[in-house]
Amino acid sequence: MAEVFVVATGANKLTYEMLTLARGLGEVSAVVLGAPGTAASIADNLAEYGAAKIYAAEDEALDKYLVAPKADALAALVTAKSPAAVLVPSTQEGKEIAGRVAVALDNGVLTDVTGLEADGTATQEIFAGATVVKSKVAKGIPLVTVKPNSVTPEPAPATATIEAVEVSVADSSKLVTVEETVVEPKGDRPDLTEANIVVSGGRGVGSAEQFSVIEEFADLLGAAVGASRAATDSGFYPHKFQVGQTGTTVSPQLYVAAGISGAIQHRAGMQTSKTIVAVNKDEGAPIFEIADYGVVGDLFTVLPQAGEEIRKRRG
Amino acid sequence: MKIVVLVKQVPDSSLERHLSSDDFTVDRASASNVISEIDENAIEAALVLAEETGGEVTVLTVGPDHATESVRKALSMGPDKAVHVVDDAIHGSCAVTTSKILAGALGKQEYDIVLCGAESTDGGTQVMAQMLSQRLGIAALTGARKLTVDGGKITVERQTEDGYQVVSAAAPAIVSVWDSMNTPRYPSLKGIMAAKRKPVETLSLSDLDIDPATVGAGAATSTVVSAEPRPPRGAGQKITDEGSGGSSLAEFLASEKFV
Repeated sequence: MAEVFVVATGANKLTYEMLTLARGLGEVSAVVLGAPGTAASIADNLAEYGAAKIYAAEDEALDKYLVAPKADALAALVTAKSPAAVLVPSTQEGKEIAGRVAVALDNGVLTDVTGLEADGTATQEIFAGATVVKSKVAKGIPLVTVKPNSVTPEPAPATATIEAVEVSVADSSKLVTVEETVVEPKGDRPDLTEANIVVSGGRGVGSAEQFSVIEEFADLLGAAVGASRAATDSGFYPHKFQVGQTGTTVSPQLYVAAGISGAIQHRAGMQTSKTIVAVNKDEGAPIFEIADYGVVGDLFTVLPQAGEEIRKRRG
Repeated sequence: MKIVVLVKQVPDSSLERHLSSDDFTVDRASASNVISEIDENAIEAALVLAEETGGEVTVLTVGPDHATESVRKALSMGPDKAVHVVDDAIHGSCAVTTSKILAGALGKQEYDIVLCGAESTDGGTQVMAQMLSQRLGIAALTGARKLTVDGGKITVERQTEDGYQVVSAAAPAIVSVWDSMNTPRYPSLKGIMAAKRKPVETLSLSDLDIDPATVGAGAATSTVVSAEPRPPRGAGQKITDEGSGGSSLAEFLASEKFV
């Protein structure tokens, strides 16, 4: 059976999703691009989700310089092993790596893919999720970036062997130096792109201080906190939590939009959520057009009351 | 400092957008076309850099005839001149071949920095800056929320999913920016009038020594095979809070097994 590459970025949900998706296409091989030791540290996790082989493309240069060396290493490995397809995470870095590999190998690339069939037909949702397209790579092998929350990760324990891959980085790929990497503390909340439930606040929250009402409700549901662009632009919440066309796209089981009118910019980032709940004072807010359950009312009374009731139900 | 800003004309994302039913390319004919939103942040960044360094800003676009409107709009914000690559053979080009055309056009320009939006509001692929970097052999500093230039050293605060990175490179480089970087200025009346007289150079594929057979729909490295509108998401139940709205919401969440 043909080999299928999954670029694994760690022991995270998106990696497990890709490993699950790849099983339908062939023999799954994980590709780890990073500093020495990275592959060994996650090998058990990758094997649990079906990776029969793990290619360890490891070199200090891969973390020292931005993106380009990782793309070099992946392109070289693809050339050497001729896999049937390559799956890359649809993160900022993943898309950038895929873009470089596409140019290096003169191979088509499809980004933000939500499904991939054995014949290479990919599903994408474009125009803010309004249109569902089926696409194919017409030149080369299917090289796709997989959008988070597209599949349910299912374990399929395998025995993985690690194969070290020699990495050679061209000087032209060492042009950008990473001087500092800052991981901003997330706290205990789940990651926005991976959360099953997201509670977002908009302009209607009114101030940064009052965003605590959103956070409290999110914590009660074990949810991630999001914000509309109007809220982040107003400084109510940090920009990196913005859900929308120019922010993060989320597709959770439940999306709660509080004080969000539902401009197309915002809908672009959340309308593929399974269930949508909206709370807004304005009964004409467009968010109600796509909400499975809408409450016309003041979020500062509705959310605390709902929270109280949920606590009661839990006893 | 010579600065080139890449600008893409796209269908307005605040309105409904479609693919053409015949070839599944973006339907621009029936759309209201605008500058891709984040490209305006790139123009703003270019103008600020030019003001700081006494530089010159060139707008570069690849697109059909009517992309001229977006070129003039971009010029009305303040850039000095524009280059518009237009050729019927380009229609239907994928990202990989578009990067070839842009790289060809950039090869004809003098630049220290190329600026662009981190993604377009139509394709949204986030790949172009890195593709151009790969083709041109210049540094790509991507996803900037902050940009500083000190002599020949370019430093960018790169917004990431987990926080940020500080990355740097020597010029020449391509820098893609997010909308968190700045607020684009509005064109002044004076700017709009001046834009009408600014030079716009038109280039065809032959000017770039690119064989038309290697671009366009026929040479696309990826193709759309079908397109369907997402089944409309009907509105569900809507209640008005008259004192027990929160309790009703909790009941709904419980019935859907979220609590």
